[in-house]
Amino acid sequence: MNKNSEITRRSLLARVLAGACALTLGGCQKLSESTWFSHILGTGEKVTYKMQRLLIPRKAMAQEFTKADRSPLFRSNGTAMPNNPAYSAMADKGFADFRLQVGGLVERPMSFSLNDIRALPSRTQTTRHDCVEGWSAIGEWKGARLGALLEAVRPKPNVHYVVFHCADPMEEDGGSPYYESIDLEDAFHPQTILAYELNNEPLPVANGAPLRLRLERQLGYKMAKYVMSIELVEDFPKIAGGKGGYWEDQGYEWYAGI
Amino acid sequence: MTKSECPVSDGYMYYRHKLPVRIIHWLNVILLPILLMSGLNIFNAHSAFYWGKSSYTGNPPLLEMRSKEGNKGEIVGVTRIFGHEFNTTGLLGASKNMEGELDERGFPSWLTLPGVQWLAMARRWHLSIAWVLVTYGICFVSYSIFSRHLQRDLLPTKEDWRSIGKTLIDHLLLRHPTGEAAKNYNLLQKLAYLAVIFMLFPLIILNGLGMSPGMDALLPGWIDLFGGRQSVRTIHFIVAWSLVAFLAVHLFQVIVTGFWNNLRSMITGKYRISSEAEHE
Repeated sequence: MNKNSEITRRSLLARVLAGACALTLGGCQKLSESTWFSHILGTGEKVTYKMQRLLIPRKAMAQEFTKADRSPLFRSNGTAMPNNPAYSAMADKGFADFRLQVGGLVERPMSFSLNDIRALPSRTQTTRHDCVEGWSAIGEWKGARLGALLEAVRPKPNVHYVVFHCADPMEEDGGSPYYESIDLEDAFHPQTILAYELNNEPLPVANGAPLRLRLERQLGYKMAKYVMSIELVEDFPKIAGGKGGYWEDQGYEWYAGI
Repeated sequence: MTKSECPVSDGYMYYRHKLPVRIIHWLNVILLPILLMSGLNIFNAHSAFYWGKSSYTGNPPLLEMRSKEGNKGEIVGVTRIFGHEFNTTGLLGASKNMEGELDERGFPSWLTLPGVQWLAMARRWHLSIAWVLVTYGICFVSYSIFSRHLQRDLLPTKEDWRSIGKTLIDHLLLRHPTGEAAKNYNLLQKLAYLAVIFMLFPLIILNGLGMSPGMDALLPGWIDLFGGRQSVRTIHFIVAWSLVAFLAVHLFQVIVTGFWNNLRSMITGKYRISSEAEHE
């Protein structure tokens, strides 16, 4: 009697264990597809953002490297040539008539030619680019300090985010232009620049000519290429998918510090 | 451990695992596979490992999984380790997707979470569960120290060290402690648990954080202690599989030393000490 009940208890337990495994795996797959659970998992991102902002000092600098560490060829990922006639026409003229529009919640909306941007306080830095996919490349960037450019347009007090609108469409029909957003703490960080040179050469089209953002304490997808205009905003739910960036709209984290 | 001993027919029940240990154990059972499998999905987004500060240094990757076209135009999965190439079709480099078609992917769909290649979702799983693990990991280590679980049950005693030779031989012959001796962890068991708690877990967490460009700015260059950003990613992966290796040995030992007794003791805490055990 005792032996029997032991055996049934064991086989029951074995079945429960096997069932739990199958349920867990199948369940995880199902949960991934549900919006409510993906929201719960999204709280991890908020914890990361808060913790990193708490731990990492405002002006903590990303590691910088030597010329010897530079990657022989700086990998181009995502768009290598924007499928956009207006952009192509501009590239053919060597971006001579390029104007960066800076507006939104500012006292003094401005537009900058490439020469105007080169005249702004600049910074040269050899930094590591970490892609969300897992690879890294090291390159030497020179660009205008974003903080200096933002000071020139005088942001209104209710500004919280800086949005970058880009020339590269992410859909084949030319829709969904790439965009990104960062907070003011990152925007005024000394290493945050609008780069116009890579490895002492004018920024190649494959790497985002004429201007790309460098945001050294976050992942590569935050560093918008082909930046055409900058908009200062209070919030971004009304812009495109509302998540603050093209990849964010596809489910990636807005805060890409990890 | 509390001595709550109740006699049963062929020996007595011994209260072996306290509740916090049991809770941590089952949390690990659920969450570590999630971390491993979502990690493999993340790896599949760029299925290669490098050593050094960046991926593009002029040196080839240490390990790479990819697919190439075979002689008849079919997809062949290939794994390259230190320059040696192996055909790993079906498992690594190329394996069947959810629709049953051969597809380019590092690790196969049944080993990844989600099963489809979905980097954004895999990152959500991995980076959220990692917070849960770090939180209860800190709780567990503090508990172990303050409750003296660490000092009483995990740190090897002088007698443990003295009988090191015997313990080794017993293990190799699959002779396991019975009777009173089974109440305590043996030396190899203690060392394995200590290595997992104080080496592998801190290493995997540190190397995981080392991949964060934010955390790297905390003290610029700290990841160079491990060889750089790409080395850190490689180490994170190696430690993950070291934990899997530990799990394999752990499961083997659980089975050969009395599966049901071990399982019960990890659920209810009670472990049967048999009285007919031979005393040596």
